[in-house]
Amino acid sequence: MKDAPGTRDYDWWLIAILLAICTLGVIEIYSATQGSTLAGMHTKQIRWLVVGFILMFVLSRLDYHLILDQAWILYLVGVVALIAVLFFGHTRFGAKRWLPVVGELFQVSELVKLIIIIWLARFFAEVRTDELSLRDLIKAGLLVGLPLGLILKQPDLGTALVLMPLLVVGAFLGGLQWQHATVITLAGALLVGSVFYPPVSKHLLKPYQRERITSFLHPEEDAKGSGYQLLQSKIAVGSGGFWGKGFRNGTQNQLGYIPVRYSDFIMSAWAEEQGFKGVLIALGLYMALLLRLVQNAQRAKDRAGMFLVMGVAAALGFHVLVNVAMVIGAMPVTGIPLPLMSYGGSATLFVFLAIGLVMNVRIRRFVN
Amino acid sequence: MSYSFRNDNRLPQARLAVVSYVIVGMIGLLLIGFWKLQVIDSDKYSQWADRNRIRSIPVIAPRGRMLDRDGRVLVDNYPSFSVLLLRDDPTLVLKQLPMIAEGLGVPLNDLADQLDNARELPKFQPIVIKPEATPADVAFIESHRSDIPLLEMLMVHRRRYLPNGFMAHTSGYVGEVSEKQIEDSNGKFRPGDFVGKTGLERQYNDMLQGTDGMRRVIVNSVGKEVDRLPTQEAIPGKQIQLTIDYDLQQVAEQSLGVRPGAVVALDPRSGEVLAMVSRPTPDPNNFAIRISNEEWKRLNDDPLHPLLNRTIQAQLAPGSVFKIVTATAMLEDRNPPESYTSFCPGYGTFYGRQFKCWVFGKKSHGTVDLKEAIKESCDIFFYNVGMRLGIDRLSYYGGHVGIGHKTGIDLPSEESGLMPSAEWAERVFHRKWYAGETISVSTGQGAVTTTPLQLARMIGGIASGGVFKQPHLLKDAQNVGEERFHISESTTQKITDAMYAVVNEGGTGGSLKLAGVELSGKSGTAQVIGYATRERFGKQKKFEDNAWFVGYAPRRDPEIVVAVLVQESGQHGGTASGPVARDIIKAYYDKKTKKLDGQITADGKGFDPGKTAPPATAIQPVLKQSGQAVTVPTRARVEENRR
Repeated sequence: MKDAPGTRDYDWWLIAILLAICTLGVIEIYSATQGSTLAGMHTKQIRWLVVGFILMFVLSRLDYHLILDQAWILYLVGVVALIAVLFFGHTRFGAKRWLPVVGELFQVSELVKLIIIIWLARFFAEVRTDELSLRDLIKAGLLVGLPLGLILKQPDLGTALVLMPLLVVGAFLGGLQWQHATVITLAGALLVGSVFYPPVSKHLLKPYQRERITSFLHPEEDAKGSGYQLLQSKIAVGSGGFWGKGFRNGTQNQLGYIPVRYSDFIMSAWAEEQGFKGVLIALGLYMALLLRLVQNAQRAKDRAGMFLVMGVAAALGFHVLVNVAMVIGAMPVTGIPLPLMSYGGSATLFVFLAIGLVMNVRIRRFVN
Repeated sequence: MSYSFRNDNRLPQARLAVVSYVIVGMIGLLLIGFWKLQVIDSDKYSQWADRNRIRSIPVIAPRGRMLDRDGRVLVDNYPSFSVLLLRDDPTLVLKQLPMIAEGLGVPLNDLADQLDNARELPKFQPIVIKPEATPADVAFIESHRSDIPLLEMLMVHRRRYLPNGFMAHTSGYVGEVSEKQIEDSNGKFRPGDFVGKTGLERQYNDMLQGTDGMRRVIVNSVGKEVDRLPTQEAIPGKQIQLTIDYDLQQVAEQSLGVRPGAVVALDPRSGEVLAMVSRPTPDPNNFAIRISNEEWKRLNDDPLHPLLNRTIQAQLAPGSVFKIVTATAMLEDRNPPESYTSFCPGYGTFYGRQFKCWVFGKKSHGTVDLKEAIKESCDIFFYNVGMRLGIDRLSYYGGHVGIGHKTGIDLPSEESGLMPSAEWAERVFHRKWYAGETISVSTGQGAVTTTPLQLARMIGGIASGGVFKQPHLLKDAQNVGEERFHISESTTQKITDAMYAVVNEGGTGGSLKLAGVELSGKSGTAQVIGYATRERFGKQKKFEDNAWFVGYAPRRDPEIVVAVLVQESGQHGGTASGPVARDIIKAYYDKKTKKLDGQITADGKGFDPGKTAPPATAIQPVLKQSGQAVTVPTRARVEENRR
């Protein structure tokens, strides 16, 4: 029926950017954990990266149209898994997020992100009109809302939030009308506003979430209490200066003042040791990655492939934005890792599987 | 499936372009955020990072020692430990406070109060919660290093003064810096610092204090020490060498004994203070740690005012010692002429009021001239002279020999005494001067008051022909002040002859004679209240006279002058105070003779002032050696002398 795509069809630039970012991550994981009880974490991360690469290539070989065909089934599997987590999940750090799969604990919500990307691509690709009707919009909202609510229940505010930009970007590209956009923006603003407004947030958020918001708004108030993480991260970043303190020389990093410095706050450790010049490199690479994804979307063979690629771009872009903004104290602590740099099995695999979908679209752009 | 999503190639290129711009904008915004932290505010965050990881523990600079003129240690330090509480983590402090209170044996309320007082200080600055750590405290802190990481030991240098209040008022004492001193110091002092509060400790605090160093360690996020930074060494305070002669000071302390009073010994040729004693005295060692409120209150409420340095702060009527001023005025003004004599029947009537001579009721002085009057301290003679001179001339001469003026000695809080005058009466009381007051002033009664130091300077200066050197305690004092007030040679001769006669020709100090030494002087017995008032109250101890004796030697251009005040002893100046002056002057000459004979050189060699002065513990053998050199009078001998 069709020719098998060759190696030349892969986006090697994208892979190069990917590898560069992963290298920065491994370097910083090494620096942050060497000499501590966590030493050797970087080799574990490299193992995850290798597995990720393999999965990426494997997934790219499976025609995305076949995957999209199963979108509804995947959706149901995702929802069932989320419900299963609520009942049988392992609790770590006060949240039920993990299900054991072949001896390893996996964060189901990471997989659900992928499923929602696929499901939304299918959903928006099926919209025939150039303009997105209100009915479709509400339908999409409700169907994304169900898993979102389940993830919130774990509780995992961060991952739940990631589903929002998937919906927003998908709707935008699917022909969102400006009146609807205005209403959604207002509603969003209202929601964000109420989250920061204690009398209302009391009913919406859990105590630990409210505390994070308070400590985000007033980090200096209690430097050893809830504002500690944000303040220490800002101190690390700021004290790095333009040139940085040097590899393995960040005092905030090495003395353990940066919270989870090998994972969520890895950008903080990187910024301290490599300075603004290092940040420029890292954020430059992320920008290149995201723009490269958009370019792949623009050259996709069909609308469904475009939605798939842009879903991935939206998810990664949102991760980068929320994580990095948190590191510089511009957003509250949400527990969203920095894709490709933060240590973590599930998160790393999610990114590579997502990139696998992009490759999938890429290598089929000339195939009919 | 009714609709296939395949092969629909409508791509929203415009909207995709918008997404690209959003991505670029987003990365740009993040970079601006980093720029602000890492370039604009970088210094602030670098400081915070350092404050995070660097724990600074002060290294207290030892205060400079005080040495006597021969290099013997008068005041030094001993090492001791204070317990510091690190307050970086308020929740941990709150949690562990009860444990700490129990371990150190400090009431929990006390600790809480101290924490409360330190509220305003930056959190990274530790506070002293127990100034003197016992061995048990040290053991407690060491054994709980891991579970109570908030405690730290601070090596401090406590001041050690010689026991029994030796030279206590002169040396002064140190104490915790007051809030006012911190404000006035332009950031030089920090709360908890020890600074000189009184005496030389305060006067030369800048020299003595030194600069505290800093021991800096790197701690990780759980407060564990992981590394050390180079220590900023403390710069010890400079030691100061005093003009005080330990041997003479010792004699002065012992000779005055426990009687309230004061002793000042000066070398009038240079203004150097050789000995300075004030009684009663607190033990400044008690102030060196932290004085309790009760102790402080007790010292302040004591009717004998132990905190008063009588040598420079007691402003008392000089009594007959003032007659030297009156005599000087008479001879210099030739009014009345030097050949003037007066008859003393034991009392006299001036301006319609009867004034008594001190011998009233016992005997009369008969006809006396100036020399006799000084020798016998005849009041009637000087009443007559004062009446003729008038208050303006007395005030003129009194003022010029230093009464009513601070001597400028290098001690804080010196008092000036008072030389009354018509102008003074006008200014202070808005009234005319009463002529009758002049009669009292001419014999050192009435409104005239002096300090012991002033009298020593005055008598020394007059006996030196009118050269008044500024008294001082610092051996290497620069620009020692000097006042010259011309007193004619013949006046000086006559007055010094008379003062020689006081001791050597059977005068009021006749019992003080010293073989081979031209000990001269003038006694004074000043009434605390008038005779009339005394009769009303009867003979009460607290209205006893103040006994003065200012002795010096040799008779002209003296090498040493000693002013002695014994308060409310019930004895006359020559009897109560004279022996103290004589003991000191004898000690001075004994030491001088030994030095000339070369016997004392062994002592001198042992000390290299300013460099290798031995620690205070070495003072004991020195004492023994010098004990041979000087005769240290015992209490028994003092008693004997009085008889």
